Amino acid sequence: MKLTINGKEQEYTGEEDRPLLWYLREDLKLTGTKFGCGVAACGACTVLVDGEPTRACMTPAASLAGKKITTIEGLDTPAGKAVQAAWQELDVVQCGWCQSGQMLAAAALLTATPKPSEQQITDGMNSNICRCATYHRIRGAVARASEIMG
Amino acid sequence: MADTATFSPSRRLVLTVMGLGAAGFAVGCSAGNTTTAAAGPVTQTALGDYVRIGSDNTITVYLRHIEFGQGVSTGLTTIVAEEIDADWSQMRFEHSPADDAKYGNPAFGGVMGTGGSTAIFSSWAQLRAAGASAREMLRQAAAAKFGVDASDVLLVKGKAEAGGKSASYGELAAEAAKITPPDAARLQYKDATAYEFIGKERDSSKGFGRLDSADKVSARAQYALDYHPEGTLTALLARSPKFGGKVASFDDTAAKAVKGVTDVVQISNGVAVVATDFWAAKKGRDALKITWDDSAAETRSSDQIFADYKKLLAKAGHDARKEGAGAAALRGAGEVITADFEFPYLAHAPMEPLNCVVEYKPGEAAVIHSGSQMPTADKGAAVAVLGLKPEQVSIVTMLAGGSFGRRATQDADLMMEATQIAKAINGKAPLKLMWTREDDIRSGKYRPMALHRMTARLNRDAIEAWGDRTAIQSIMAGTPFMPAGAADLSSIEGGFDIPYAISNITADVHWPTSPVSVLWWRSVGHTHTAYAKEHFFDVAAKKLGKDPVAYRRELLAAHPRLLGVLNLAAEKAGWDTPLPAGKFRGIAVHHSFSSYVAEVAEVSVKDDGTFHVDRVVCAVDCGIVINPDIVRAQMEGGIGYGLSSILGEAVTLKDGAPVQTNFFDYSVMRMAQMPKVEVFIVPSSEPPSGVGEPGVPPIGPAVANALLAATGKTYAKLPLGTKA
Ligand code: FES
Ligand code: FES
Repeated sequence: MKLTINGKEQEYTGEEDRPLLWYLREDLKLTGTKFGCGVAACGACTVLVDGEPTRACMTPAASLAGKKITTIEGLDTPAGKAVQAAWQELDVVQCGWCQSGQMLAAAALLTATPKPSEQQITDGMNSNICRCATYHRIRGAVARASEIMG
Repeated sequence: MADTATFSPSRRLVLTVMGLGAAGFAVGCSAGNTTTAAAGPVTQTALGDYVRIGSDNTITVYLRHIEFGQGVSTGLTTIVAEEIDADWSQMRFEHSPADDAKYGNPAFGGVMGTGGSTAIFSSWAQLRAAGASAREMLRQAAAAKFGVDASDVLLVKGKAEAGGKSASYGELAAEAAKITPPDAARLQYKDATAYEFIGKERDSSKGFGRLDSADKVSARAQYALDYHPEGTLTALLARSPKFGGKVASFDDTAAKAVKGVTDVVQISNGVAVVATDFWAAKKGRDALKITWDDSAAETRSSDQIFADYKKLLAKAGHDARKEGAGAAALRGAGEVITADFEFPYLAHAPMEPLNCVVEYKPGEAAVIHSGSQMPTADKGAAVAVLGLKPEQVSIVTMLAGGSFGRRATQDADLMMEATQIAKAINGKAPLKLMWTREDDIRSGKYRPMALHRMTARLNRDAIEAWGDRTAIQSIMAGTPFMPAGAADLSSIEGGFDIPYAISNITADVHWPTSPVSVLWWRSVGHTHTAYAKEHFFDVAAKKLGKDPVAYRRELLAAHPRLLGVLNLAAEKAGWDTPLPAGKFRGIAVHHSFSSYVAEVAEVSVKDDGTFHVDRVVCAVDCGIVINPDIVRAQMEGGIGYGLSSILGEAVTLKDGAPVQTNFFDYSVMRMAQMPKVEVFIVPSSEPPSGVGEPGVPPIGPAVANALLAATGKTYAKLPLGTKA
């Protein structure tokens, strides 16, 4: 079965129930997508499926035939670039483990809502845990990314 | 004060019997900030143990501390950059090999380790010397090259210049390495007024900021879990559901039938399923049938444990402090108030669950990739399990996705398990041991449960006597970290040494035992002592009708640095200005890890009783500031981490087994609960001190004190939950 990952077609031949996360990390060596909980509770494994933030840890790779999957390694939309620039400008990261998921969630939020209110930022980002509690800077960086996008 | 001789601040301990970390060589592996080769291979020239200069003109600083978010990769590198006169764009970092002789932490008795917020203060002198020494070697190499006197050579931004000639550090390094390093006692250091990097603000327009940002933003940064050489087998370990349980028997028929499972092996901690990939290992582990022998296991529930602790508190424990008449002064004239403060077990839950990769060739060698906080101790464990010589084992320290104390263990649990499994499969493939989040939440090494009985006698308009009796498992007892029979006062650090000028003080402690494993958790004893001390102080102040800030000022007159942060936080928070209806303030101030922090929490309480922490104003005094933005980041993160725990975190036991399993029931803070945080730094010329932990302790009591101001209630049971 064919999956499109970061614009490239991949032939998936693995187990029916194997989550996308492990296909990305173990087979394709796309290790930017992180494992945090395995039960769709933290957002560390967030990828975009047809632009929608999706938990790779609970989504079987085999369920994504014909879909467009974007990981942090392929995040090159205007929102994605603005997010990464803002993240760097504000030095958001601490340990960094959650940040791929945070940036993908932020990119999805800004694509749908380019000028989010504070409440919309919180709502859009609330399902992504950062154990280092960089939330304060993430809020600022989402707002900054929105500015960068113009 | 009784027994001060036995007091050892957290982790800043003499490790008497470690003896595990014999010197050895590890393959240098670049973590995160990789050197990008221009043309041809880059050669690295060492100028001392900490500084290497690349032929591409990069300067790489060896970190003997692991970067797990706290910012050492920037902070430590900054110290070298300053003294060596670098351009910031030259700076790189790399984790040092596991070698106590070269990279031991003086704060840990010379054993390598990251913890106790010691990185900056223990490295300051060393890295300044490393930078200054390398600079002088470069200066002399330039003098020889240019044919001028060394004193005529000007060093600026990674270049040497004299008489119209100029050479980069990269060009000079090979010659510089041949020069005898200058006498350490005669090194000249830069005057603080000439600093280019130390104490300077992040400036993205100049590319001056965290050194690990770019690779983490682009996800090029390499953590242990990202290391996955061809053919790696993944193991998951089934551990006893109850602490202290042992495998009685197991049936692995179904596990072995799972496609991809290659081996099922029993090790000391349980039964491991080894498979070609994570998913197969997980299905295999789920299919295992194990009968556990619980004869030595913990079988109590949390309520029962607290009930047992309460019984203990009827008697005096180990005497830790006596001022004035001590405990006797708790009886007498005036009003006696008391409250029992209950603190649950807490999991560290670093975002990257524990894992490491062991590449083992029986009888020959092992290379282990791990995000280790104590690499030489881990190496000692690997050497012992694998039966290799120390020089045959290399630990490659990778970036770690958080730790908060979890990766610095007394028994090298992760390394023991991984090497035992690698040995059991005879090293046939690289072996990755992974902990799932469930393993992380349920398998222990918790912040210990604690019960503080706080008592105060109020008389003549003052706290006349103060008592703090605690029951808590010791983290240190029975480990190599503490001599047998010594008193583990780290259990009550920050509590028994309460700084307030109260004439009569008593503090004593019981150390009940349990098979439940406990460990230092970001700020260790201060996680609960600061809460009990600072909240109970406000309870007493309220009874006395005193303002919490004014009364603290009165009783902290002899502690200028505590006063300094107290006053700054109160001022910046507008302590004396009124708040809108439904909003309340609370303050707390605490000294830990040689730093001083005060926090004011602004909390709104709604009609339905729910509350929200809206704003936190934090003042910190951590001596000389290397990087103000990282200080702020650590305060923001410490406040978030601490707030998360007091609002919603608890591991509770039912019949000896943890009830919680993952993030949906071990409830950690999300963005909606994160307050706005403002951090103010007290200017100081004292030696730099820690910032990783000191932001945590004051937040809990600051919030509780705001709730006390709102409702008049004492908040003695944690976590607080959502209602005031
Ligand atoms: S790892 Fe998928 S949501 Fe946590
Ligand atoms: S940066 Fe560490 S978990 Fe978010």
